[in-house]
Amino acid sequence: MTEVSYLEHGHSLKSWLLTTDHKRIAILYFLSITFFFFVGGAAAALIRIDLLTPEADLMSNEGYNRAFTLHGVIMVWFFLIPSIPNTFGNFLVPLMIGARDLAFPRLNLLSWYIYMLGGLFTLAVLVLGGVDTGWTFYTPLSSMFANGNVILAATAIFVVGFSSILTGLNFIVTVHRMRCPGMTWGRLPLFVWSIYATSLILVLATPVLSITLVLIAAERLFGVGVFNPALGGDPLLYQHLFWFYSHPAVYIMVLPALGVISELVAAAARKPVFGYRFVAGSSIAIAIIGFLVWGHHMFVAGQSMYASAVFSFLSLAVAVPSGIKVYNWTATLYKGHIALDPPFLFAMSFIGLFVVGGMTGLILAMLAVDVHVHDTYFVIAHFHYIMVGGTVSAYFGALHYWWPKMMGRWLPLVWGRLSAIFIFLGFNLTFFPQFILGYLGMPRRYHVYPAEFQTLHVLSSAGASVLGLAYLLPFTYLLYSLRHGEKAPPNPWGATGLEWTVPSPPPQHNFHELPTVDGPPYQYPVEPDREREAIHG
Amino acid sequence: MADVAPGRQRDTTLMGMYLFLASEIMLFGGLFAVALALRLLHPQEVVAASRRLHYGIGAANTVVLLTSSLAVALAVAAAEMGKVKGTAAGLLAAAGLGLGFLALKAVEYGMEIREQLLPAFTPAEAFESPSAHLFMDLYLVATTLHVVHVTVGVGLLAGLAWRVHRRSLTLPRSAMGVEVVGLYWHLVDVIWVFLYPVLYLVR
Amino acid sequence: MAYPRLWPLLAVWAALLALLGLTVGASLVLTGTPSLVASLGIATAKAALIAWVYMRLRREGGLLRIMALGAAFWLLILLGYLALDYLTR
Repeated sequence: MTEVSYLEHGHSLKSWLLTTDHKRIAILYFLSITFFFFVGGAAAALIRIDLLTPEADLMSNEGYNRAFTLHGVIMVWFFLIPSIPNTFGNFLVPLMIGARDLAFPRLNLLSWYIYMLGGLFTLAVLVLGGVDTGWTFYTPLSSMFANGNVILAATAIFVVGFSSILTGLNFIVTVHRMRCPGMTWGRLPLFVWSIYATSLILVLATPVLSITLVLIAAERLFGVGVFNPALGGDPLLYQHLFWFYSHPAVYIMVLPALGVISELVAAAARKPVFGYRFVAGSSIAIAIIGFLVWGHHMFVAGQSMYASAVFSFLSLAVAVPSGIKVYNWTATLYKGHIALDPPFLFAMSFIGLFVVGGMTGLILAMLAVDVHVHDTYFVIAHFHYIMVGGTVSAYFGALHYWWPKMMGRWLPLVWGRLSAIFIFLGFNLTFFPQFILGYLGMPRRYHVYPAEFQTLHVLSSAGASVLGLAYLLPFTYLLYSLRHGEKAPPNPWGATGLEWTVPSPPPQHNFHELPTVDGPPYQYPVEPDREREAIHG
Repeated sequence: MADVAPGRQRDTTLMGMYLFLASEIMLFGGLFAVALALRLLHPQEVVAASRRLHYGIGAANTVVLLTSSLAVALAVAAAEMGKVKGTAAGLLAAAGLGLGFLALKAVEYGMEIREQLLPAFTPAEAFESPSAHLFMDLYLVATTLHVVHVTVGVGLLAGLAWRVHRRSLTLPRSAMGVEVVGLYWHLVDVIWVFLYPVLYLVR
Repeated sequence: MAYPRLWPLLAVWAALLALLGLTVGASLVLTGTPSLVASLGIATAKAALIAWVYMRLRREGGLLRIMALGAAFWLLILLGYLALDYLTR
């Protein structure tokens, strides 16, 4: 009996817009976040073009502020946070645990609509001229003095926050309650562990952001403000509340990527992940410790020295579980039979760039050093190494790895490898000079700078052009493959995991019969489907 | 969710609800953080401002909410025994008490406006001190957010009472629906249990 | 009506009202840190009664209890660090 794939199960627009199938909802998210990636990317292009010259010749000061605010708001909330959980998480978690769907399928669809509503508000902000506060909305600028659509922007983010909370809630219940027989916690794929850890943060951290945005809006709309410095309100109070969410938020952005890399590394090396328990536990550890470090964003803001010292120490500590992952991946690759296919190139790229990002994070975590590089391009380079070098690389790695499963089409490996290489090169050209710029003193959020910094800025902008083009590349051949690609077999990579036991693309109900698991994960060797050898290019 | 047994379904729904309640705790938690900060930064002024609040009305409101929680708990017990009238009565009583809370709050706000205590209705100069103004800002935001949650709760309770009464929700099979709404209402009560001393009883 | 099953609910209600009386009374007598400890302690006791009996946590398994307590604990992280900053400036 051949079941119809989820893509074929209903062709009307209604069957897509009212679907409760986690796989279709994943596709809806893919489309939305791709759209926002381009909008945020356009803002980045404006920024990098303006920074080609030391003067403010592309945008006014106000315009520049609005550009980097838009870039931050869109990339953080409308691209990075949903990037892996809502796409790959949605698609793969039920498959990986042997379930037919998430715990609350309709809530899943509602989460997407809430996300789209927030996105609509953000586009409205864009059309109405934007906001100039930076994505961090520091008070009292945002609550009292900013001219711009602060309330609308705050509403947009408040709305999309609920999408996050409901998504996290859905995943937590799903992983607890919907595992197939035999799928114990110790047999879960590491990607599922990382989504679970991410979901804990989504549920616990996001509401604090929500209330903080409400407080800003209350101050602007009704003059009812608790951050008003004229009344003795403490601007640092805002920063505490904001960063209590926003630091764990960066772990929302990177934990799923770490989970993806665990999967890719095992498949690349065709070996079980070394130290499975440690890698799984490190996801939970990162989620927990990540809540204890937020004050490292406020070292020079007026926080107490003692609190800063505690935050600094714990910020160093949170690097330990991340380091554990990197060491375990390395040990997995050791003596593995490594295939240099596109997903695995992206994974290698991730590891290198993530380590640079992580080490520079340690540098920033040190109080004495941070005093000098806080609010400089050093910080910008650090987080872009993690977010872009890390998360976006993992996103593309996941895209190339699971594309055959999701779309039922093989992809051209040569082009995939070229993308990985160009993205890696373009990325480093863009962001490495920024470490140097920051160290030399170039402040962030400025578009007027001393002439001696121009060479480095030009290098960075050149890199950005390469990176931008390199990002466009996968869109071309992946979309092309939808029509003209070879049909993909169930397990083209010869990988382990329940998702590879179903047809590509999966049928609507995922499994003909719910599977029973009787062994640990990553049991190699697995025979790749024979067709793969024929089409391996 | 066709292949999920009813018992498992109950566990799943309950877990989802508790996670939602956890997010609500963190939402109000931000406001408690502001309260803590204000209290640590301006202890004397916060005490003075808190003394000017009507702790009697606040206490009455606490009684109202605690009683409504009892009504909801009785309703849930009745629902599990399949007693339609008892369930509907309990839910309706809780909703009614919720409305009572809102009415008392409205009266209280009215008094505070007249006494020039409530921000947004009072010029800044009328406050005893800037910190008192800050504290009252927090009071207004926190109680307003709570009022919004009470209102939503009243709607849910009343709607549920109606559906139980009209038999469109069968008991005890759909008792879980009553339990889930009950959980929400109990959380609204718990939040008030903390808001009351934090706002009204600062000494 | 099965009276035995409803007794705990009424008993808790009475206890909650008594605790309310206690907290109001304490506010008339105590000040400063003792007042804070008393009011928060009593509030915690009330919340615990509501959670344990009304919200049925005594019936549910450990996982749900952890989830219920988890958020409260997480809030303490926020409040604790905030206190650390403000008290040591």
